[in-house]
Amino acid sequence: MTVLTPTSPSPSPPKSSPPTWLRYFSFCTDAKVIGIQYVVLSFVFFLIGGFLAMVMRGELLTPAADLVDRTVYNGLYTMHGTIMLFLFTFPVLNGFNNLLIPVMIGAPDMAFPRLNALAFWMFPVFGLVLIASFFVPGGPASAGWWSYPPISVQNPLGHLINGESLWILAVALSGISSILGALNFVTTILRMRAPGMGLFRMPIFCWTALAAQTIQLIGLPALTGGAVMLLLDLTVGTTFYDPTGGGDPVLYQHFFWFYSHPAVYVIILPVFGIFSELFPVYARKPLFGYPFVAIASFVIVGLGLIVWVHHMFPSGVSQWMRDLFMVTTMLIAVPTGVKVFAWLGTLWGGKLKLTTPMLFALGGLINFVFAGITGIMLATVPIDIHVNNTYFVVGHFHYVIYGAAVMGIFAAIYHWFPKFTGRMPYEGLGKLHCLLTFVGANLNFLPMHPLGLMGMPRRVSSYDPEFAFWNVLASLGAFLLGVSIIPFLLNMVSSVVRGEPAGANPWRAIGLEWLLPSPPPIENFEDHVPTVISAPYGYGTGKPLVEHQGEIELALALLEGRA
Amino acid sequence: MIRFVLLSAWIGLLVVASHWMGQEAYRWFPVQASNAAPLVDDLFSLETAIGTFVFLGVLSVLLWVLLFNRAEKYDQEDGPPMEGNTRLEIVWTVIPLVIVMAIAVVSIRVNRELGVLGPMEHVHGGELIEAMDHGPGASAAGSGSLQVDVIARQWSWEFRYPGAQVSATELHLPLDVPVTFKLTSPDVLHGFYVPAFRLKQDVVPGRAIDFSLTPTRSGRYRLRDSQFSGAWFAANQADVVVESPEAFGSWLEAASHQPLQPGLSVAADEAERLARQPAGGIRWATVPPAPPPLVNVPGSNSLPHDA
Repeated sequence: MTVLTPTSPSPSPPKSSPPTWLRYFSFCTDAKVIGIQYVVLSFVFFLIGGFLAMVMRGELLTPAADLVDRTVYNGLYTMHGTIMLFLFTFPVLNGFNNLLIPVMIGAPDMAFPRLNALAFWMFPVFGLVLIASFFVPGGPASAGWWSYPPISVQNPLGHLINGESLWILAVALSGISSILGALNFVTTILRMRAPGMGLFRMPIFCWTALAAQTIQLIGLPALTGGAVMLLLDLTVGTTFYDPTGGGDPVLYQHFFWFYSHPAVYVIILPVFGIFSELFPVYARKPLFGYPFVAIASFVIVGLGLIVWVHHMFPSGVSQWMRDLFMVTTMLIAVPTGVKVFAWLGTLWGGKLKLTTPMLFALGGLINFVFAGITGIMLATVPIDIHVNNTYFVVGHFHYVIYGAAVMGIFAAIYHWFPKFTGRMPYEGLGKLHCLLTFVGANLNFLPMHPLGLMGMPRRVSSYDPEFAFWNVLASLGAFLLGVSIIPFLLNMVSSVVRGEPAGANPWRAIGLEWLLPSPPPIENFEDHVPTVISAPYGYGTGKPLVEHQGEIELALALLEGRA
Repeated sequence: MIRFVLLSAWIGLLVVASHWMGQEAYRWFPVQASNAAPLVDDLFSLETAIGTFVFLGVLSVLLWVLLFNRAEKYDQEDGPPMEGNTRLEIVWTVIPLVIVMAIAVVSIRVNRELGVLGPMEHVHGGELIEAMDHGPGASAAGSGSLQVDVIARQWSWEFRYPGAQVSATELHLPLDVPVTFKLTSPDVLHGFYVPAFRLKQDVVPGRAIDFSLTPTRSGRYRLRDSQFSGAWFAANQADVVVESPEAFGSWLEAASHQPLQPGLSVAADEAERLARQPAGGIRWATVPPAPPPLVNVPGSNSLPHDA
């Protein structure tokens, strides 16, 4: 292991030499530092992306385009989507990968720490490029986060440096960063597990991370290739997607969705992993049907790679393709159902503790089931022909991304916050945050479904008056979501500064990460990696997870001075 | 025994609620104005009923555990160590599989039906638009049907009736007569979307896409651009007037005597107004709107519409 780590483990315990906060601004190769860098920076962009959403919902309070210019609205919604996906969701999950994978499998660090730091430091670079595009002449990209040609290559001012070219550059850099990250996570999970931890003794979060990162390795090259051709069409006048030069605009859509649909699973699979980790802890029961839940992730990967055309049903694809991709899409409900039922089986007859992370996970589960049902509706070709590119779709994917994924992300933050800061977050503020998020998300995104069924297209800066009622409700929900971030930030800042000391295992959870002090030392278990002797989630079984578990727990208690 | 009765009663209640929701679903749509609309609405109603049952079922389980499986405040015990049940796993793999495949079979059947009715498009891939242009009076679907050429632009809709040498920026259609559209775009992607017809088809530059439907209800409906097309995308809408064949005939006749004049284009109007105003607030770059097409009948896009 020492070959893989850049510095030899320091013999003194980390508490005697407290590292300064400056390391969070340095090219640090410690996965835990990188994890926190990812999470904190991604939330900076979350606030920016959220602010753009507030302005959009302000515009949509009234039918007319009266708050901002139409061109500005188009730029705002394009950048909102791009920022939320490429600068928030993916990076925050990569932060979790960095924080959780090594401690969960007992590795001292990632397999390639320098590559890891490089992948992270590309993030502020492409983040800055994307934000800078607001200030170039002509404004930022405004062709939507799909960036479909020909609209995306219209370049009205004719400059070489324009919002769209910076957008493509940022997306390509983000893709490269994600590929580097994926190589690292996959290698770490496959090669650096603790002795005794076979694949089927691995925590589900690591299974889902492995599955999600496999998608990155398969899918991202397609997106990157498609983006490079788009950049060439935009800047040097090639005609890959231009019908007047023999190209085809629909070809881009295939490249784009070949990656960007599976990308949804890159997001949601780790959130499934979070649910699978949290429900056993707070229901005090083993995960129901662990091997099925583990395998289901890879079934989702396999199916997820062959559903992309369902985004293109009205784009001019042939009937047999519509039928085929409808069937593959609907099949995804099966492995997903296995997971949902496994969580219900885990909760059933348990001893539920309704802590903040548990409440977030339960809320996320409810929203996810709703999103799954509208997902089946969208897969149904005749229904999709009507609601495709309407607010029904916007409602559906915000239930997935905000309702389920962001709530799962918050659940994870509250759950593992004590582990990585050594302090407890406040429960009262956390529960307030959870309530505001759940109510806000449903008020914001539920009205979008009737709007879509009524025929309101997405991406509009103005709309017919009959859509006003539901839009006002949605906007109120959006503003409530904006407010919900206040108790969250308050909680995070004040808990880091003066939260109660957490101890090694405040939730009485089972897992290698809970056998480490909070926060864990730089090299985690260093040379004393415990040998895993049972399956994870052994709640109520009385079986220890690792050899000499009693001694490890005693040593932790002594360290905390509570023995 | 009593538990079985209570459970059955609860499931019966969920079935009733799901059925009610499925019926309720029809009211979430605009009026049905084409022969495709009832098929789409029926399918949606079916899925709403099934979805409601699944959602309420999951919610019931969650409600149950929240009510009856909460740990007391100082209870540090673990729950029963159930690690799984293979038979249950098989059941909840097979049941969803059967349900979604049943939905898929029904949907494919509806697809076929819609294909016979005409609303599934036929793409003339790769052929140049010019090559597709046919002379006046040509009709793709034979006699008894109408041919309309639709040109989607940044940002206006133009409708040409090749048989009558008439063009308009308001689409008029005769009731219960099959119509075939030839969709083309000279600039970017657009989407031909009439919610009351439940039909949508992207308009792809470089292709002529044939697309048929039969209007089944008189009224005034909105046609909305459904594939993002730039600055005035939201304003790129037109009205569709479905009227009796007689009324349509006289409209067409009158229109053929009208001189060509600029058609409707909200984008062109707004751009002109913005050009006259002193620059205020942020405005980002856009291609200029195409000039309003010259048409016999501009029509209206501000009258009250049915959907």
